[in-house]
Amino acid sequence: MKATRAIITAQNEKWAMIAAQTMTGFATSVIACGCEAGIERVLSPDETPDGRAGVSVMIFAMGGKGLAKQLETRAGQCVLTSPTSALFAGIDGGIRIPLGKNLRYFGDGFQIAKKISGKRYWRIPVMDGEFLAEATTGQVDAVGGGNFLVLAKSQPQALAACEAAIEAMRKMPNVIMPFPGGVVRSGSKVGSKYKTLNASTNDAFCPTLKGATKTDLSPNIESVMEIVIDGLSKEDIDNAMRVGIQAVCDLGAENGIERISAGNYGGKLGPFHFHLQEIMA
Amino acid sequence: MSALTFTLKTQPVQRVDMSPLVCQQLQGLSIADIAALELHSGKRKFRVDELFTIDGSDAQNIVIKNSIEKLDFIGKELDGGTITVEGDAGAYLAMSMKTGEIKVSGNAGLYAACEMKNGYLEVSGNVGDFLGAALPGNKMGMKGGIILVKGNAGQRVGDHLRRGLILIEGNAGDYCGSRMTAGTIAVMGSTGRYLGYAMRRGTLLLWNAPQLSASFNDCGAHTLAFLPILFSSFKSLNSKFADASVAFNRVQRYAGDMAEIGQGEVLVKR
Repeated sequence: MKATRAIITAQNEKWAMIAAQTMTGFATSVIACGCEAGIERVLSPDETPDGRAGVSVMIFAMGGKGLAKQLETRAGQCVLTSPTSALFAGIDGGIRIPLGKNLRYFGDGFQIAKKISGKRYWRIPVMDGEFLAEATTGQVDAVGGGNFLVLAKSQPQALAACEAAIEAMRKMPNVIMPFPGGVVRSGSKVGSKYKTLNASTNDAFCPTLKGATKTDLSPNIESVMEIVIDGLSKEDIDNAMRVGIQAVCDLGAENGIERISAGNYGGKLGPFHFHLQEIMA
Repeated sequence: MSALTFTLKTQPVQRVDMSPLVCQQLQGLSIADIAALELHSGKRKFRVDELFTIDGSDAQNIVIKNSIEKLDFIGKELDGGTITVEGDAGAYLAMSMKTGEIKVSGNAGLYAACEMKNGYLEVSGNVGDFLGAALPGNKMGMKGGIILVKGNAGQRVGDHLRRGLILIEGNAGDYCGSRMTAGTIAVMGSTGRYLGYAMRRGTLLLWNAPQLSASFNDCGAHTLAFLPILFSSFKSLNSKFADASVAFNRVQRYAGDMAEIGQGEVLVKR
């Protein structure tokens, strides 16, 4: 996969977060969204280029062209439009892809370029003042689709365990968990009985199908939830999985946690394999 | 290795073309080779060792001692390395400089950093007219890099400026930013008449209210997001510009020159 990072700043954290949430909306899976995106973390004013409150977002896509397109449309429709926002590169190296470079044409000829310390910025006049955007950001190779499953005695217990895992994992750098709240309740398998679908429900882990399909669930498991992780490197995903699984395990059997598993797709989906026992060793 | 040092030992009658004494041309030459180089002065040619005492060996670090305002073209087309001038520099200092660093402890003459491409020039004293400008007849002045002047600058600062940053701690003369195509000129002191005359694009950043022509239109007071980034880029400079207390992001914005395409701006601290 290819990935990029952008830093959104605004008058305060509230509006930086609004812009970031909007930009990373409808970006849970590359299967139908075109990209996977999420909020990496909140940045304090001393961590942002313009000294305002900020949020770091990451976008992952299958190819460089698709990534650039997603970044540009999302930046244009969700950040440019968001009050008081500014947009900066979050990766200095890598292949340069447009951030504000093409958004500048919204300025209709009134846009102004400023090159400061080797970086080009575009000042685009908008109705609330000026939208400031760095011209480019970096695109790097990345890893997508790291995952683990939480198997619990009940649905509330599965969700509580996943919430604990996500809270711990959000403190880790260079990763996002792109699904709603970081948690997937509808894990998929490759293929379907319907020819038009290339993915369908992971029936082996559906608790209501325990007696109707070749199940991977023991009788006492009533709910399964998945956490999907995209990261800049395998090590980043390893680290995030480790703290996430640890947080789930800390809740333990007394909180209904029965088992941790993972969707391995027969080991045929993607070049990276995350062996949970090695990660936790 | 100690810096390659040229100490002026005689006062030349005519101006001297110092353009051969740049780092990239002296690299790998022996002291004897350097001493035998010829410098033009009026209609005469001098060996380097007729004008200078030569010491040291590091050609990437040149020092010119006892420098006077008759030494022209110091650092012309400099392409890496540093030149330190102890004293004054003549005209065309850092002309067409490509990269590297030049520091002058005294004043500099006309056309300093004219058509400079990149690099860093620091003048502790004053500079003459046409700082960072285009040569007569040319349409493109400075194209990149940073110029810091701790004293005052003459007229036509940044004439035909294309890109880059000119910082002046003192005052700037008339026609500052004339015919600018782009780039940024910041002046802490006062500016003269005809500020931004025929400027097309670019930014004139001022600490004091200027005398503006009728062809500059008031766009009101604004807080601009790029200014904190610009000021933070000054932090590494040995200058008043690095002082956080002089920074601001609230400005009165004037658009102009409306007699040209009017996409330039004068930003005045509020």
